[in-house]
Amino acid sequence: MPRTTVYEAVTQRLEILDIEGRVDAELMPELDPNRIIEFYRNMVLMRAFDNKALKLQRQGRMGTWPPIQGQEAIQVATAMAMEDSDWLIPAFREQAVMVLRGIPGHTIYAYWAGDERGSAFPDDVRCFPIAVPVGSQWQHGAGVGLSLKLRGEQAAAVVFGGDGSTSEGDFHEGLNAAGVFKTNTVFVIQNNQWAISVPLSKQTASETLAQKAHAYGVPGIQVDGNDIFAVHVAVTEALERARTGGGPTLIEAVTYRLGDHTTADDASRYRSDEEVEHWRGKDPIPRLRKYVEANGLWDEEREKSLDDEAREWVDAQVEALEAMPPQPLEAIFEYMYDEMPPHLEEQMAALKAEVDG
Amino acid sequence: MSGQAQRLTIAQAVRDAMRDEMRLDPTVLVLGEDVGIDGGVFRATDGLIEEFGPERVIDTPLAESGIIGLSVGLAATGFRPVAEMQFMGFVYPAINQLFSHAARMRNRTRGRMTTPMVVRMPYGGGIHPPEHHSESYESLFLNTPGFKVVVPSNPYDAKGLLISAMRSNDPVLFMEPKRIYRAFREEVPDEAYTVPLGSASIAHTGEDVSLIAWGSMTRVCHDAAEVLAVQGISAEVVDLRSLNPLDRDTFIGSVVKTGRAVVVHEAPKTNGFGAEIVAQINEHALMHLEAPVQRVCGFDTVFPLAHLEKLYLPNRDRVVAAAKQTMEY
Repeated sequence: MPRTTVYEAVTQRLEILDIEGRVDAELMPELDPNRIIEFYRNMVLMRAFDNKALKLQRQGRMGTWPPIQGQEAIQVATAMAMEDSDWLIPAFREQAVMVLRGIPGHTIYAYWAGDERGSAFPDDVRCFPIAVPVGSQWQHGAGVGLSLKLRGEQAAAVVFGGDGSTSEGDFHEGLNAAGVFKTNTVFVIQNNQWAISVPLSKQTASETLAQKAHAYGVPGIQVDGNDIFAVHVAVTEALERARTGGGPTLIEAVTYRLGDHTTADDASRYRSDEEVEHWRGKDPIPRLRKYVEANGLWDEEREKSLDDEAREWVDAQVEALEAMPPQPLEAIFEYMYDEMPPHLEEQMAALKAEVDG
Repeated sequence: MSGQAQRLTIAQAVRDAMRDEMRLDPTVLVLGEDVGIDGGVFRATDGLIEEFGPERVIDTPLAESGIIGLSVGLAATGFRPVAEMQFMGFVYPAINQLFSHAARMRNRTRGRMTTPMVVRMPYGGGIHPPEHHSESYESLFLNTPGFKVVVPSNPYDAKGLLISAMRSNDPVLFMEPKRIYRAFREEVPDEAYTVPLGSASIAHTGEDVSLIAWGSMTRVCHDAAEVLAVQGISAEVVDLRSLNPLDRDTFIGSVVKTGRAVVVHEAPKTNGFGAEIVAQINEHALMHLEAPVQRVCGFDTVFPLAHLEKLYLPNRDRVVAAAKQTMEY
């Protein structure tokens, strides 16, 4: 009766683009140069979108905002790998994926500015609402993946969450169910190292988050989340697997939240400037810029015109946000039920009478 | 088969409702713990997997939050899942999914996405089980906007209300009175039919006092009405059937007629839904009252283990005593 090894697992990490903008030629995927430029352009646009929100917040024109600075590569690569038929299930720090999927920037601004209309996404965009409860959305990724599988759709459910949310039970229940039912799901962890003030070392004793996939019979991979080529490869593989009946994948994209948790947070209370500077050196945007410049795809003039484009686009979003007329009070009541029940009619009428004086 | 009927128990009527609706609507799925091969621990899904297969009758991992989380994903993308919580006492792990997502999807998407799902939950005491198998948590869900909450008390209503629930575009919590799952049989039509949500029934007409209840307590009120009748007191039994939406007109109408009311439920008294019923009687029928409204409820305690559950549960004699108190005021 020997003691034997019944299971052994290996977790891989993928890196293609280093911080000097050099790529591993063997691992580098075949990519149209225009697509690479589009990667860069979208990252720059999304950072401008984020920076503008922070400015608006300081001016009292925006509510609490969760910055994505430093995490653009994950979001841009994922959004660009997805098809219209795929579903996105975001948590709450996925503005870039959402905008690139077709949700107007001003709509996302409106949500964080506290306007209910910020939840009114276009009908033809397959995107779940923003999920603030932390971790519960992992389960929806499994559910939507099961839904797509049951209907025989060649499409994937891509669900996002942060490193902190992998400590929630729903992460494990969602992965477990996805593994059991072999759902069309891609789980993407944006491991930005910090859940507000709690570092990853206090979330888990695991060496990686990707290895947790093994426990659920699901393939898992860690990628350098600030390396847009690595994210592109991992997400593309996972989407293909999900769409073709190969089941779910867990991707841990290792990145860093260069900003605060939200505008209500002060990250200097719990982490050092040195740490932030270290990670600033791994910023996904300058890294790709070095690559495109070195490969003759980019120059100063193009950079300038992109900056102008970003400013104009972001300003247009702010203008659209601030042009929205006030919300009617019905917005509180009208979407609670398919048909408004009499007691809500009464409450709404009473509020109307109060407001109308 | 039209026009045919069979004498069924509540458990059988529940099963038939799912079977009939699954035949009519290919988007209806059943999922939960042991709902497939085992047919459910109460056999309420008996035979469904044989007819519809494991893709529509899904045995899930043992994870309540997971069952509701999957259901939210399925419901928001075109299915109409009917999820089973094996006992209402086990619903707590699923509360976040229910409260934070199922109940809010319509509002959070400004009507773009909905979660048309039914969560079936056997509830209540009286079956001598271990701990956590006897609870009645309706008031938790009634203070959380976004759900409908439905509780049948007999086989006919069970089938008709469950079919309405499966056709509802809102999430419906369907509480099944497990104590009377097999207590009696009634004629139940073979075909699919609906009993509308939000409509109470006058289960027994009377003139002197209104006994207002739902689910298994409706039976207790029937028994009390019989005893009261012998003593010359004519009691009306109002079966609310649906707690949200609530058919206020029917129970207020009854109280306006009788001038007296007793509200009966198994859940703890304090902050139970009975308190809401009393408040609404105060708002809409106060000047018609001949006596303070009485409540006969569970105690504000943990539901006791089997030996003492009989003492905990509201019973016929307590309802009779409360009704007489309103008569003698």
